[in-house]
Amino acid sequence: MTSTAGVDSRILKAPHPVPGAPDNWKRFFSFNTDAKVIGIQYIVTALLFLLVGGLLAMIMRGELITPEADLVDRTVYNGLYTMHGTIMLFLFIFPVLNGLNNLLIPCMIGAPDMAFPKLNAAAFWMVPVFGVILMASFLVPGGPASSGWWSYPPVSLQNPLGHLINGEALWILAVALSGISSIMGAVNFVTTILRMRAPGMTLGRMPIFCWTALSAQTIQLIGLPALTGGAVMLLFDLAVGTSFYRPEGGGDPVLYQHFFWFYSHPAVYVIILPVFGVFSELFPVYARKPLFGYPFVAGASLVIVGLSLIVWVHHMFPSGVPQWMRDVFMVTTMLIAVPTGIKVFAWLATLWGGKLRLNTAMLFALGGLFNFVFAGVTGIMLATVPVDIHVNNTYFVVGHFHYVIYGAATMGVYAAIYHWFPKFTGHMYYEGLGKLHFLLTFVGTNLNFFPMHPLGLMGMPRRVSSYDPEFAFWNVIASLGAFLLGVSIIPFLLNLVSSWVRGPKSPANPWNAIGLEWLLPSPPPAENFEEHVPTVISGPYGYGTGRPLVEHQDEIERALLQA
Amino acid sequence: MTISPPLDAPPTPQGQGHQAAHANHSLTGFIIFLCSESVIFLAFFTGYAVLKLSALQWLPPGVEGLEWRSPLLYTLVLVSSSGTVALAERCLSRGQLWGFRAFWLLSMAMGAVFLYGQAIEWRSLPFGITSGSFGSCFYLLTGFHGLHVLSGILLMALMLQRSFRPANYAAGEQGVIATSLFWHFVDVIWVMLFLLLYAWS
Repeated sequence: MTSTAGVDSRILKAPHPVPGAPDNWKRFFSFNTDAKVIGIQYIVTALLFLLVGGLLAMIMRGELITPEADLVDRTVYNGLYTMHGTIMLFLFIFPVLNGLNNLLIPCMIGAPDMAFPKLNAAAFWMVPVFGVILMASFLVPGGPASSGWWSYPPVSLQNPLGHLINGEALWILAVALSGISSIMGAVNFVTTILRMRAPGMTLGRMPIFCWTALSAQTIQLIGLPALTGGAVMLLFDLAVGTSFYRPEGGGDPVLYQHFFWFYSHPAVYVIILPVFGVFSELFPVYARKPLFGYPFVAGASLVIVGLSLIVWVHHMFPSGVPQWMRDVFMVTTMLIAVPTGIKVFAWLATLWGGKLRLNTAMLFALGGLFNFVFAGVTGIMLATVPVDIHVNNTYFVVGHFHYVIYGAATMGVYAAIYHWFPKFTGHMYYEGLGKLHFLLTFVGTNLNFFPMHPLGLMGMPRRVSSYDPEFAFWNVIASLGAFLLGVSIIPFLLNLVSSWVRGPKSPANPWNAIGLEWLLPSPPPAENFEEHVPTVISGPYGYGTGRPLVEHQDEIERALLQA
Repeated sequence: MTISPPLDAPPTPQGQGHQAAHANHSLTGFIIFLCSESVIFLAFFTGYAVLKLSALQWLPPGVEGLEWRSPLLYTLVLVSSSGTVALAERCLSRGQLWGFRAFWLLSMAMGAVFLYGQAIEWRSLPFGITSGSFGSCFYLLTGFHGLHVLSGILLMALMLQRSFRPANYAAGEQGVIATSLFWHFVDVIWVMLFLLLYAWS
């Protein structure tokens, strides 16, 4: 797999069945083991669940536009926010990021596929399975799980109707299956990155996206088993009547919180790290400058992995943990700002003095960075024990994490989808629709989630369907922002579908970007470089330096142009 | 997806190189999986320790303590099966296929004896899984570990069956290494469990 001699014959060979070609759309509905097909399967599935989770959000914001509980019943509202959170995390953001991992990692490191293609496909097909299980909980007597997305006992153990199959049990089952699927994925991604890189691609020459994916998947491997273990105990408590968390049998409800947050706080880094990777890939391309401080940006990801495992108690400051624990975890939480700050300054330095090209992908990346910095500032506020205890369980927290998960992570995902759309579909997207999508998303995000901060500081609790009339002003604005976000999905989906079906053909390297994935045709053939993996001879992001990335780069590029 | 070799590239023997490389990946992947799996046990151990340390009344009423003598015997059986697995591997690396099969089968039998002892103990205990936190922890921990022993035995059976397939043992060795790693892992976990459940009281 070293020779570059056969470049021309590779390019000129009859094209393999390409993902998305109209004659083979059926492959997306089959147990296909090609990472690029699986990547698109993940992303499309995730976007469908984004619509479901978004619909629930629209109903909630419709309820909250007036102070009275008038649109839906209070118990229904409990189910709505529980399912909204669960769907958005386990069925939207994790799958969509796994989709990006599947598309990008093999192409970026020059591997023909993932290390374990069948395991990869199996991990994907578990997503619709647990998605259906979770959706089925709307239909069981008593409705879906209603104890919030964290399912704290003893609330989650109530099971008022006494059925064995209830919303909460299905919720735990779905989360446990999601955990198993993610562990399968993580084993695959880590092995692929460690063992299947192109010749010459040392770890120090790996694109930052692969560094962040490696870091994020390491967190999955360490954290998810703890959550799965905790969830198994919760299921036993609920279904069999054991006493891990039941105080009446000697159990400890706070123990569950430890298990839950030991994974679910690092999970935030599983979400945001790949988005950091996306920022680090996009800014150099659209600023035409090398990434500032590559080794520090890569190393900061590893530091975040280490720190992320020792911060979880900051979610439990008011849960009766001892004072020394609060102090320790406050400090560790604040330390996270250091590696994160290194990254933010590295991006700013990359952008500084660059020739910025503001297409849709870049706009989303810049918007995501803006929102991320805002979320980081409120994050530091929340890390402070006195502030946290004051605003705990208020809309301040809700505003903070929506800035992270929608404002930064989801906008970063949009940036990635636009940036690599031409590569993996072979078609250009429509800039006009894309920019409209950006405008609606950016305005909608800030209109929706900024008002939650003053609301939280004023003391409005989260998870309520009715509230004091003094909170009405900001709630109306937030609801309008939410509806704007709902509308913003329309140009997005319209753009994806129409440009995939009849968009202009994309060249191999539409953005003039540097990276192994841009040395492949658009869309890449089934096995990427097959036997002709180019030898990497320099680090990534050599913009403006004139250094070639791989041996025989001219030859490969010429062949791509002729094809 | 037929891939014809390009004209100017030397024809590569299809499969061989790929397969060897792939088996290598499998071992890497399996080790990563084992590390991840150990966190579940770590979570259960921590939960056990926290519940035990904070309990007002730990053992169910009427239970004085666990009988440890016969579990210790079965522990010795399980731990020494790690040795027989190592012997089996040594035979395999020397090409003594029948020696491998004999020691491998012996290890499987020792695992089965351990499970049998576990079943007997479960039947004789005066408390159930719903008897307070102690009962919950005891049955969860031993049950979850027992499941791993069972999976280990099944994996070994698979490897044994594979050893009868002709000309398999160049690539099949990776599976044996992975299985024996798993078996050692299960043994180490049991030693920790024994210390936690029986010795620490």
